Amino acid sequence: MTSSSYLEVRDLSKRFGDFTALGSVSLDVTEGEFVCFLGPSGCGKTTLLRAIAGLDPQTSGTIRQKGRDVSGLPPAQRDFGIVFQSYALFPNLTVADNVGYGLVSRRQARGAIAKRVEELLAMVGLPDSGPKYPAQLSGGQQQRVALARALATSPGLLLLDEPLSALDARVRLRLRHEIKALQRRLGVTTIMVTHDQEEALTMADRIVVMNHGAIEQVGSPQEIYRRPATAFVADFVGSMNFLAGTLETPERVKIGGLVFACPMQDGLALGTKVRLSIRPEDVRVRDLPADVANRVPVEVAELDFVGAFCRAALKVRTDGDVALVADFSSNLIRDLGVDIGSHLDVALPPDRVRVYAA
Amino acid sequence: MSLAAPTSKIALRISLSRDDLLMRVGLVALVGVLLLIVALPLWALLAKGFEDRDGHYVGLANYISYFSTPALFNSALNSFHVAAVCTAIVVPAAFMYAYALTRTVLPGKWLFQGISLIPIFAPSLLPGLALVYLFGNQGFFKGLIGGSIYGFDGIVIAQVFYCFPHATMIMVTALATADARLYEAADALGASKIRVFFTVTLPGAKYGLISAALVVFTLVITDFGIAKVIGGNFNVLATDVYKQVIGQQNFSMGAVVGMVLLAPAALAFLVDRLVQRKQVALLTARAVPLIPKPKFGRDLFFTAFCTLVSAGILAILGMAAWGSLIKYWPYNLSLTLANYEFANFDANGWESYFNSLRMAAGTAIVGTALMFVGAWLNEKTRGFGVIRGIVQLLAFLPMAVPGIVLGLGYIFFFNAPNNPLNFLYATMAILVINTVAHFYTVGHLTATTALKQIDPEFESVSASLKVPIWKTFGRVTAPICLPAILDIAIYLFVNAMTTVSSVIFLYAPDTKLASVAAVNIEEAGTTAAAAALCLVIVVTSAAVKALHLLADRFLLGRLQAWRRR
Ligand SMILES: Nc1ncnc2c1ncn2[C@@H]1O[C@H](COP(=O)(O)OP(=O)(O)O)[C@@H](O)[C@H]1O
Ligand SMILES: [Mg+2]
Repeated sequence: MTSSSYLEVRDLSKRFGDFTALGSVSLDVTEGEFVCFLGPSGCGKTTLLRAIAGLDPQTSGTIRQKGRDVSGLPPAQRDFGIVFQSYALFPNLTVADNVGYGLVSRRQARGAIAKRVEELLAMVGLPDSGPKYPAQLSGGQQQRVALARALATSPGLLLLDEPLSALDARVRLRLRHEIKALQRRLGVTTIMVTHDQEEALTMADRIVVMNHGAIEQVGSPQEIYRRPATAFVADFVGSMNFLAGTLETPERVKIGGLVFACPMQDGLALGTKVRLSIRPEDVRVRDLPADVANRVPVEVAELDFVGAFCRAALKVRTDGDVALVADFSSNLIRDLGVDIGSHLDVALPPDRVRVYAA
Repeated sequence: MSLAAPTSKIALRISLSRDDLLMRVGLVALVGVLLLIVALPLWALLAKGFEDRDGHYVGLANYISYFSTPALFNSALNSFHVAAVCTAIVVPAAFMYAYALTRTVLPGKWLFQGISLIPIFAPSLLPGLALVYLFGNQGFFKGLIGGSIYGFDGIVIAQVFYCFPHATMIMVTALATADARLYEAADALGASKIRVFFTVTLPGAKYGLISAALVVFTLVITDFGIAKVIGGNFNVLATDVYKQVIGQQNFSMGAVVGMVLLAPAALAFLVDRLVQRKQVALLTARAVPLIPKPKFGRDLFFTAFCTLVSAGILAILGMAAWGSLIKYWPYNLSLTLANYEFANFDANGWESYFNSLRMAAGTAIVGTALMFVGAWLNEKTRGFGVIRGIVQLLAFLPMAVPGIVLGLGYIFFFNAPNNPLNFLYATMAILVINTVAHFYTVGHLTATTALKQIDPEFESVSASLKVPIWKTFGRVTAPICLPAILDIAIYLFVNAMTTVSSVIFLYAPDTKLASVAAVNIEEAGTTAAAAALCLVIVVTSAAVKALHLLADRFLLGRLQAWRRR
């Protein structure tokens, strides 16, 4: 592995009694990177984050931060700032005292602390909130105070555990951008835990998709979305059609009475039960060339208006058991006069198709 | 074929931070303290039961002689009999009273609530004294009752007064947490009122009822003051301990009776813990609070009921108060303050009252600090599970131990010539220590509950900011928990003012407490002065409680601006 990585996690396991919350997880995080742990709730994201912080030490495995082995160190001897879902703001201290909490114990001059607190509050867009108490602030504002407090001591690593999930949708959207911009500006290595794929896709430089205490895939948002490594990732991130079939040749999958071309599969034995997947927005309808691959005649069974586009449930006309979901733009629906009961030809571009062992 | 690369598994060494070390040292110290003030005295008591008067080991001889002496064994039966009857009276009454407070529209609800709490501020001998005035040999209404008030009947009436607030508080809590949706559902299904009561109300209050029954049973069986004043020749376990120890100086037999007394109390406590554990799983998170709607017939009935009960409580208190102000009951009913000149009745005079104040203040300060810091250490120490388990166990133990048993254990433990701590014997300090130990559980529980309610990540945040955990304790945790801290302090103060049972063996002439002095004065036959002293105690504890309520309401909001939204 690269020796330049800022954080190295090796074979990390965590057990609670008989229950394995993390099974031998390894991971590298580069300096300045924004990494998201993404996965369904209960998959071990928080457990991994807390092990990295030293708050709930792992059962086995090592963690190195900036080359230093911190595996067994208590949190106070590690270098990180943390924001919790609850924010954990001290309700009896003013916003300024909250933000300056970590500075006071560093025996800095009173004036210097006040100046730094002012600077931090300005940075998170709350320049005048210093004298207020946390309860007088909105959820989004409290979140920013927690962020300022975590950043006050200029930690090398910023840990965020579902920082946005207690907020309402609009505030959440705005804060996503603010946090991301702030992180870019400061260049602080950041790990954020979330179960919201959209959050991970928009904010992360790299996403670590987790399931059942193990890492399923690590990659850029594009990689995760375009080339999900496992059926779980494919299903968890974005929407996905799964069609059950058998691998006939390394490049053909038989589904019912139909045969589909797919990218070369060298890892799977012929005759294996597989699942062929394609995203709804990758199903092509317009301008299909005569010799287009994977052409399927379908009937529109349902049409759900979702706003910017319509989600269509399609039934394959030659094999009624095979069903597909496709996203059609409003333009397309207008131009082709698509309606429930319409007959269409669609194509599943082979380069957009992925095959997973069933 | 196995080609998996062998992963070197080096055992993880977790190093401790300074905070961790500090907390662990603190916890170990707490275990030491609790062993000294709770476990070892009980152990000494247990051991004493197996010794003869000269300290030689005699095996089960004392126990055998106990169970084969009908006079002694009879007391155990008496205790159970009284406790069972009182439980059967108090629990339904408390249920109805609490039902009225929580589920009906009651005019002057706060007043009824307040009156129901009065007995808590009184030493348990007060209702006994009041009954002596009313029905005693010189009683006003002596003619109304067939026989003598001294004995079973008197004990039961006085115990009902004394236990009522404890049961009512538990029932109010149990009934207050009702889920309105259940009732709406039952209504929608067209269930009859009776059916709703038996299928929704009663099951919802089941755990409260069990808990109240166990608490009343334990209170009655372990109380000493009432049986002492109004028991006459009707012997119970608690008075037997006293008689064996003070009367006959038979410490071994006292220890045996103490153990016999400990058994039902500990058993009741254990059952309660088991039952309460089940209850947690039953509470739903999103219950909708029930707000009672007016209903004439029901409200009238319950108003009448509460008025009757309140009148009873006030009558007993009022009788004690009036009796304390009367020149010579029942021959000269003119009023006087002479009974309040305690120097005429007890060598210590008013000094015992000031001793009580000192002791109560000391207990409140030392106890609150120990209980809160102890609960905090136990909640916030990372790892160290075994020791934390031991602390939890030791903290719960005092609840299961009757005061008179603990007090007896203290004699054996602290008075032992080879105990380096025996310099504490017969000092004010040992009274404070004993009272702290006696009431440790409730304080510990209150503190633990308060600590569990605040964000568990405060310590994580302060560790990440490199702020020592004790600094966060001082700047954040303690200020946030101030209401709970005050609750504990007031609870300790009031109980220290009123307790008789655990300190009756431990006072020295110059550290005699007001509640003990009242027992002595009553023993000497001066009911009026004993009532006067009890009344001074009631007024003091009630005033302190009232100050607390005022402080909670006005001062806390002003001092802690952050509590206002
Ligand atoms: N202290 C604990 N004791 C026992 N099980 C735990 C504890 N903390 C977490 N778990 C379990 O470990 C799993 C992972 O939890 P967590 O890391 O919090 O999940 P998430 O991905 O939602 O953050 C869950 O199944 C959870 O029930
Ligand atoms: Mg989590």
